[in-house]
Amino acid sequence: MGGAYGSLYDSIGIHEYGGLETARGEISPVNEFLRAWISEWQDFWFLAGRAFANIFRAPHYWDDVALQMEAIGVGSLPIVMLTGFFSGFVITMQMSRALNTYGAVGQVGPIVMITLVRELGPVLTALLVAGRNASGIASELGSMKVSEQIDAMRALGTDPIQKLVTPRLIATCVMLPQLTVVADFLGMVGGFAISYFSLRLTPSQYWTPAYQILELNDFVQGLLKPFIFAMVVALVGCFYGLKTSGGTQGVGRATTQAVVVASVWIFVLTAFITRIFVNL
Amino acid sequence: MSAERASADGPAEATVLEFEGVELSFDHKVLDGVNFRMGAGETRVILGAAGSGKSVLLKVAIGLVPVDSGRVALLGEDITGLEEKDLFAVRANVGVLFQEGGLFDSLTVGDNVAYPLENQQARGLAPAEEVLRRVTEALRFVELEHTLEQYPAELSGGMRRRVGIARAVVTEPPLVLYDSPTAGLDPITANLIMALIAKERDTKGAASLIVTHRYQDGQLMADFRYNSEQGELVRASGDPSKEPRTIFMVMRDGQIVFEGDKTALEKSADPYVRKFVRR
Repeated sequence: MGGAYGSLYDSIGIHEYGGLETARGEISPVNEFLRAWISEWQDFWFLAGRAFANIFRAPHYWDDVALQMEAIGVGSLPIVMLTGFFSGFVITMQMSRALNTYGAVGQVGPIVMITLVRELGPVLTALLVAGRNASGIASELGSMKVSEQIDAMRALGTDPIQKLVTPRLIATCVMLPQLTVVADFLGMVGGFAISYFSLRLTPSQYWTPAYQILELNDFVQGLLKPFIFAMVVALVGCFYGLKTSGGTQGVGRATTQAVVVASVWIFVLTAFITRIFVNL
Repeated sequence: MSAERASADGPAEATVLEFEGVELSFDHKVLDGVNFRMGAGETRVILGAAGSGKSVLLKVAIGLVPVDSGRVALLGEDITGLEEKDLFAVRANVGVLFQEGGLFDSLTVGDNVAYPLENQQARGLAPAEEVLRRVTEALRFVELEHTLEQYPAELSGGMRRRVGIARAVVTEPPLVLYDSPTAGLDPITANLIMALIAKERDTKGAASLIVTHRYQDGQLMADFRYNSEQGELVRASGDPSKEPRTIFMVMRDGQIVFEGDKTALEKSADPYVRKFVRR
């Protein structure tokens, strides 16, 4: 029991996994790797479980939720708008070339809409928020960990998960779907700009088929994805932040890990969710 | 290795902290069969080399790190195996100064010092209208009442440590834990910090557990008392019946290798123990 000092359990009072020894009590390298991996998974799900349970448990730190919504939502808005606009812009340019081969340039609106709402809007926005906020969360919590602020918080009678993780989880889950809607809309505007000025489509030629193509299925996956990605971004950021050890170098490592792991999970999860929805 | 124990057992008194056969391992053994009992109003100074388990012992004392085996009783309550939420109530009665102060960067000095009171308030222990008065009083105690609206980043290392002391003592707890209060400070500031710790002990009667690698810190606690009338530290009378006890513990590789008063410490023949004594 115990594990490495400075691990997550040290931050929030949980126990590490201890098992997988061979019959003679030795631990093989494979088992050691598996143990570390299982232990990390166990810690992550423990953190996630407590963060969700705290949503329904007092005390609630609504001021912190509002602060995080401002930092994650309002703070990310300019970059999300810019990225959304230019995504639509380039998709339209690329698609128009392919569609021109079949004389179907008029179908560019629906294609851009489907691409953005189902896939690119949620994924690009989540990646931006992961880069900006999973790193921010990990470095902030990591710095608090190495400067003993997390220990101080626990010593002063505050649950760090309740005070730090749950507000970030709520704020990200509320803001990321909204940011995605903004990115989708600005993407369509970007697509319209190129359609109108370069492809010479009229506004109704672009917007009308684009709106008509949308089905309930598109809205559901377009909003479900950012909601799930938000959980990943917030929880992965908090997990690596609270797991930080090894001083300022550890903070840098935690920040990098948070962004990499959150980004990879966004791609993996979008593939799974798309697989489910594409058959509906 | 059995601990060298000298004059550590005093008269029967209320126990504020007790370790019984405490064992803890991470990659290696960090605490190895630690036993001691600390009485109310007593001062304990823990000396030891870096990595000997001093700071971990402090964290174990308030349940921040769970033990593998053994028993820890804090303020009369067995905290071994207690859930985190149940530990909060016990910890509310203990003051802690962390190594770097452990102040929250996002809060002002005033809010940092008010933090434990607000937690007590949430438990119905401290009236809301008293918070500002007690915060100001605690900051006056460490002579930093003018920093109320400042942020920790605007303060020097010594000042942050003093604010940390104010936060640790604002609830007037019966036990205060100090983790390396003088580490990384210049000698003048270090003496000022130790004088404040002695002042807290002698004006409020709190038991103090001090982790340090500086023998002078323990020496000051053992040899000096804060005189409220003169407003400064004076040499202790030397009469054990009139003075609060100061017990030294020396740690090595997770074990307590010495436990006793200053005289016994200075007489110890153990070469490791002698390294920490400046004559």
